[in-house]
Amino acid sequence: MIKVFIPTPLRKFTNGESSVAVEAGSVSEAISSLASAFPEVRQHLYDANDEFRKFIRIYVGDEDIHHLDGPATLLVNGDDISIIPAIAGGTN
Amino acid sequence: MKLILDQQHLDLMRNHLEENYPHEACGFFSGDDEAQVRDVGDLWTVANKSTENLKRRFLIDPVDYLKAERRVTENQTNLLGLFHSHPDHPAYPSKHDLAAAQPYFSYIIASVENGKLGDVRSFRLINDEFHEEEVIIKPEKNIS
Repeated sequence: MIKVFIPTPLRKFTNGESSVAVEAGSVSEAISSLASAFPEVRQHLYDANDEFRKFIRIYVGDEDIHHLDGPATLLVNGDDISIIPAIAGGTN
Repeated sequence: MKLILDQQHLDLMRNHLEENYPHEACGFFSGDDEAQVRDVGDLWTVANKSTENLKRRFLIDPVDYLKAERRVTENQTNLLGLFHSHPDHPAYPSKHDLAAAQPYFSYIIASVENGKLGDVRSFRLINDEFHEEEVIIKPEKNIS
């Protein structure tokens, strides 16, 4: 099983759960599985092109998937992944 | 909707935002979340890691975000939101704030005018729009 950490802002879409266990062989499969189990969370993870939203980061352990193989990053049983909202902004 | 801050939290935020002026500065806060009232029990600063114009942008490192989540889990409380400054700009959300906004969180925005803290407002994203919530500052506790 893969444990997916759910950040605070998205927990109202996962019945308050802070982590969800899924069966998956890759990051892409893990997030897809999460979105299938909790359909309301989908719009906060994927953009209109069905790619991960710009303001969402995914970490495998302590590593950003951008430094690995992106959504295709392979997972092994027992891996932990974290969904992290990019916290950003500024003035006009 | 209401957000309650202690005077001590306001002072901590003021010091951080004024020290970093004219750059934007930021931090997190946690506490109780009861119905429409949020009571801040802890507030801490984090570095602005933006690689753009620091006078106009802020970015919190994902690792600092994970640390914040771990901190509130250890303290058995709730990550309520974050604060950031708008140097020499009004304390209202910008299009950049809206683009990155997350549901649930309270977004405190503080105007810093000429190096001094100005208006402090807070907003929550509801149905993709920011809605202002009332900010209440509790007076300092008297220690006798």
